[in-house]
Amino acid sequence: MLKEGQYRNPSGCAVSAVIDRSGKPMSGRRMIDSIAVMHERSNGLGGGFAGYGIYPDHKELYAFHLFFDDRLTRKNTEEYILRHFEIAYSSEIQTRKLPTVTDEPIIWRYFLAPLPRKLADSHLDEREYVARCVNFINARIGGAYVFSSGKNMGVFKGVGYPEDIGEFYRLDEYEGYSWTCHGRYPTNTPGWWGGAHPFGLLDCTIVHNGEISSYDANRRYIEMFGYKCTLRTDTEVMAYIIDYLVRKMGLTLREVAKVMAPSFWKTIATKSEEEQREEIFLRKAFPSLLVTGPFSVVVGYEGGIMALNDRLKLRSTVCAEKGDLAFVASEESAIRRIEPQLDKVWAPAGGEPVVFELHDKEASK
Amino acid sequence: MKINANGYTAKKLNIMIGRSNDESIEIEGVIGQRYIGTALSGKILEIEGAPGNALGAFLDGAKIELFGNAQEATGDTMNAGEIVIHGNAGDATGYAMRGGEIFIEGDVGYRCGIHMKAYRGNSPAIVIGGKAGSFLGEYQAGGTIVVLGDGRAGGAVAGYFCGTGMHGGEIWLRSQDAPAALPEQVKTERVKGVPSNVEMLIKKWCAKFGKEAINYTGDEFLKLSPDDANPYKRLYTPN
Repeated sequence: MLKEGQYRNPSGCAVSAVIDRSGKPMSGRRMIDSIAVMHERSNGLGGGFAGYGIYPDHKELYAFHLFFDDRLTRKNTEEYILRHFEIAYSSEIQTRKLPTVTDEPIIWRYFLAPLPRKLADSHLDEREYVARCVNFINARIGGAYVFSSGKNMGVFKGVGYPEDIGEFYRLDEYEGYSWTCHGRYPTNTPGWWGGAHPFGLLDCTIVHNGEISSYDANRRYIEMFGYKCTLRTDTEVMAYIIDYLVRKMGLTLREVAKVMAPSFWKTIATKSEEEQREEIFLRKAFPSLLVTGPFSVVVGYEGGIMALNDRLKLRSTVCAEKGDLAFVASEESAIRRIEPQLDKVWAPAGGEPVVFELHDKEASK
Repeated sequence: MKINANGYTAKKLNIMIGRSNDESIEIEGVIGQRYIGTALSGKILEIEGAPGNALGAFLDGAKIELFGNAQEATGDTMNAGEIVIHGNAGDATGYAMRGGEIFIEGDVGYRCGIHMKAYRGNSPAIVIGGKAGSFLGEYQAGGTIVVLGDGRAGGAVAGYFCGTGMHGGEIWLRSQDAPAALPEQVKTERVKGVPSNVEMLIKKWCAKFGKEAINYTGDEFLKLSPDDANPYKRLYTPN
């Protein structure tokens, strides 16, 4: 398999996200309408969505979405899954056939509960157990990819323009309190179903516009902790960095932003003593997780979204609010399409995280 | 002529503008269409909505007035004409412009006026009513940038790395506080009141947004310009 850097494709991307902080569900239709405004930022080689709060009837179970190259691979993968999980419910994901979305793999969804004895024997906490199973399938079972693995959330992605991918997965029939989406214009790496955004591990997902120049330094570091970069694209490593820092190191998202997009030393020198102490500590503790190159990302997680730019702001990001609704997008027009009248619109600075969360985070669980 | 842009692609919109015999064209319902008014001359566009990137790129004499916020790269490499934004403008506003004027009521994003240059009789100008993001006037080689910092109680009116690599032109900041970490090759002067060319720009800005010039022109400004004593300047054509 060709890895990141062994394949080059000419270069843009679009991101958009919305959250209703009151927790009220909204249809995926909104995101489809929003991302369609930025059609020119994609080239038809990838589109995808993450919806949160979309499986309220199965919210205790891990929802795995998988791509299979063929039926035999599905059979082998299910054998592996059955050795580690109880399958509460599984089915092929219902799609709408479109002329613009072709060559789709076999796409299945499983609602899973870890086998209690297996989990106890592993001496791992439940989320780590699930993450390791995801990594195993993606790295070791050829032709099978877990592209969504959280609870009460789901990733839907593929090769095509994002608005077409949204129709393909019938996202107008899903309702969630938050959505992120991405239109892809691949740089460096091939456009393929697994390589579309969002990338996720457990409930944490990321959509990314940009190009990571530090990819290999970041990848070498993160692979020391058991992560496997298998998806032939740079964005994947950011998903693992966030998972590592939040889930394993216990950092807050704002601290993660200071690791991935720290201020320049020259800028840190102008800050208050307390800020200097924090920023210098984080830069020194995780120097290999500094992400260089242009990026504008939206991180989705249970109960919230975070927008972050590279510290030089080499990609655009606009944030907006309207009552309980909060928006992030590459372009203001993508927000205005779904909410013409806004209370507040602003462009965050480079390296400045913007976090929008449910007013009542516990209620989303 | 009046156009409702809803449902039209950027290309179609520009063709309609180009083919119109009317000098003055109103466009409403704009949502994300890029390159509106590209290289346009001899026309006046009034736009309502949320246009896409590169509004008025390569503008060549036309006037564009936008009622709303502009996105990235407004007036990219513009040659002549005027762009008026009743709102904020995004990153790289006036990128590499070499003539004409841009007036913004509110703030601009990162990299406003980078690579701006003066060319023969042309000297471009950008007047920003609010504040500017980082890298204002990076690599500026000519022309004038004015930041009025309207409505701000104090503090710098431009972000980090202002004037990095600047080797021509002037930046006027209506503030007593210099932006953080100015580069060494930039000379800073405190000036009470502004020279006539800058006064003219401020008066034009005020006329467009209904403000009184007297409230701005006599204030204390910081003038940023390349340091003559710095050999960096000699790397490029003297101007």
